[in-house]
Amino acid sequence: MKKLSYAEALREAMAEEMEKDSSVFIMGEDVGIFGGCFGVTGDLVERFGQDRVRDTPITETAIIGSAVGAAMTGSRPIAEIMFAGFLGVPMDEIFNQAAKMCYMTGGQAKVPMVLRVPNGAGIGAAAQHSERTEAWFTHIPGLKVVYPSNAADAKGLLKTAIRDDNPVMFFEHKILYNHVGDVPEDEDYVVPFGVAEVKREGSDLTIIATGIEVSHSLEAAEKLAEEGISVEVIDPRTLVPFDKETLLKSVEKTGKLLIVSEETKRGSFASEISAVVAEEGLFYLEQPIKRVCAPDAPVPFSSVLEQAYLPNPDDIVTAVKEML
Amino acid sequence: MKESKEELVKLLEDMLVIREFETKVQKHFAEGEIPGFVHLYLGEEAVAVGACSALKEDDFITSTHRGHGHLLARGGDLKKMMAEIFGKATGYNKGKGGSMHIADVSLGILGANGIVGAGLPIAAGSGISAQILDKDSVTICFFGDGASNRGTFHEAINMASVWDLPVVFVCENNLYGISMPQYTNDHRKGQNIQDVSDRAVAYGISGVTVDGNDVMAVNEAVVEAVKKARSGGGPSLIECKTYRHRGHFEGDPTVYRSDEEVERWKEKDPIDRFVKILKDQEILDDEGYKELRNEVKGRVEEALQFAQESPEPDPSEVTTDVYYGGAE
Repeated sequence: MKKLSYAEALREAMAEEMEKDSSVFIMGEDVGIFGGCFGVTGDLVERFGQDRVRDTPITETAIIGSAVGAAMTGSRPIAEIMFAGFLGVPMDEIFNQAAKMCYMTGGQAKVPMVLRVPNGAGIGAAAQHSERTEAWFTHIPGLKVVYPSNAADAKGLLKTAIRDDNPVMFFEHKILYNHVGDVPEDEDYVVPFGVAEVKREGSDLTIIATGIEVSHSLEAAEKLAEEGISVEVIDPRTLVPFDKETLLKSVEKTGKLLIVSEETKRGSFASEISAVVAEEGLFYLEQPIKRVCAPDAPVPFSSVLEQAYLPNPDDIVTAVKEML
Repeated sequence: MKESKEELVKLLEDMLVIREFETKVQKHFAEGEIPGFVHLYLGEEAVAVGACSALKEDDFITSTHRGHGHLLARGGDLKKMMAEIFGKATGYNKGKGGSMHIADVSLGILGANGIVGAGLPIAAGSGISAQILDKDSVTICFFGDGASNRGTFHEAINMASVWDLPVVFVCENNLYGISMPQYTNDHRKGQNIQDVSDRAVAYGISGVTVDGNDVMAVNEAVVEAVKKARSGGGPSLIECKTYRHRGHFEGDPTVYRSDEEVERWKEKDPIDRFVKILKDQEILDDEGYKELRNEVKGRVEEALQFAQESPEPDPSEVTTDVYYGGAE
């Protein structure tokens, strides 16, 4: 194990896969000499050259569209879109091209591409630079959707994403970039898709959380433990494919489910998790499912408003207590 | 450029295959045997054939909603094509794509796209692969005059130019985007320039306009552009002025254009013109032409029969091929 930040872990995953496979390359806005808007690509351009770490013009549509074309012709592009809020621009390239190409061609076309997206609020970036858009993409058959909550998963999941033969939406939480964690040093370390992790075992209530809300939930669980409340915390790690079994097993044990997500509540992935449990685990439940999400409003700018807007550990503690 | 007798007759044969194939599709769509939409390539045969005949085996193309001609010119299998258009299990896409998405990926066809202008960035990406994988492949991107007003046109050509990507952008200017004329003297028009190729200068690449109903003119321009792209000279824009004999799709009442206009363009039919040239040069005689046509008709008839007799897809196929190589 070594200590790496989430951003460093992502960089290491890309570097290792680029060393191993010359068809892997990176493209995006300011990913080269600038090192990426959040510093994730860092010095990769010095190591791999500007042919394989391509600074693009401001051209989201061409970045994603050309990633599709490159993926169909033998390359493995890792495309970066600077902020999740910019994903509206190349939406056709994602949902009509990348996602459908395999199906439309009757399984002939392979589109092995990764789309890395800095996601989430909390840095005072206001409404268009703080989006959480992961749920949009879980609605699109043909895409895989990944959302690591810590440095080790960031590395292991990104390596799996790069090796996958399908388009992968890879969401990274901006606040997590500087979070440091233990990361395995083995070059073959990968985290498979569709395998949730029970981050903390408990018996009174199940929390399933995504992205940054995993650490918020663990913090809340720690506080609750001091009061003798035992909470189980699950991180699905990948939203598509989604590990239903781990969640249902936990709900069967605890009988109570709280879903925590930074998304706006309506139509969120939290809603989908809720539907899965209602459909397949309703009789495990002793009481209604509860969701802690952001309100159905755009992300505000003022720090006071933004903090009031975002789910935090105290909100989670309050919600758990309401359920017990 | 194509010069030998065999090469020239092959150009004619390829155009005849498209003509016969599309005529058959037109008939059987009208008879209700083909579901969905069909957009026929009739009248534009010289563009696909002139352009695709400039490519090598490991080159690529991106196709469009009006894509049967591109796939046929690239050597697509008539039976698998017709079966796909009929939505049958034996079709290229197992009945999951249909007329608008028909493609043979093994022939370097990067999808036929139902979204106007979506092929341009994909073609740029294919050009990036040539650089990343150090291959000398070239990609031809087919698109229409309508697509040249989309943002994808601007973004993809700009990117291709910035990185000298080996892509030849071939605009099939058939003068209308459904009912919208590409250029007129009033405000109802797609763009305020007569020639789409004028836009090339904005990206620092070469742009030419050629007679899209002259297979030799198309071939000559594309051969030159392919040569340039293959040797690292970057992309080009070639506008081929042409005309669709049929409406935008089958069933289009074509209220936006006059019968006289259609007749004027039919006088410039790419096949009739090329046959005349071949006859004048004594490369082909009446008998030879008749034989060729009959042979082509026979192949298309066989494809039709194959499609009609092929099984429907099994309903269990609904959820296969969502992900490459199997499940989520």
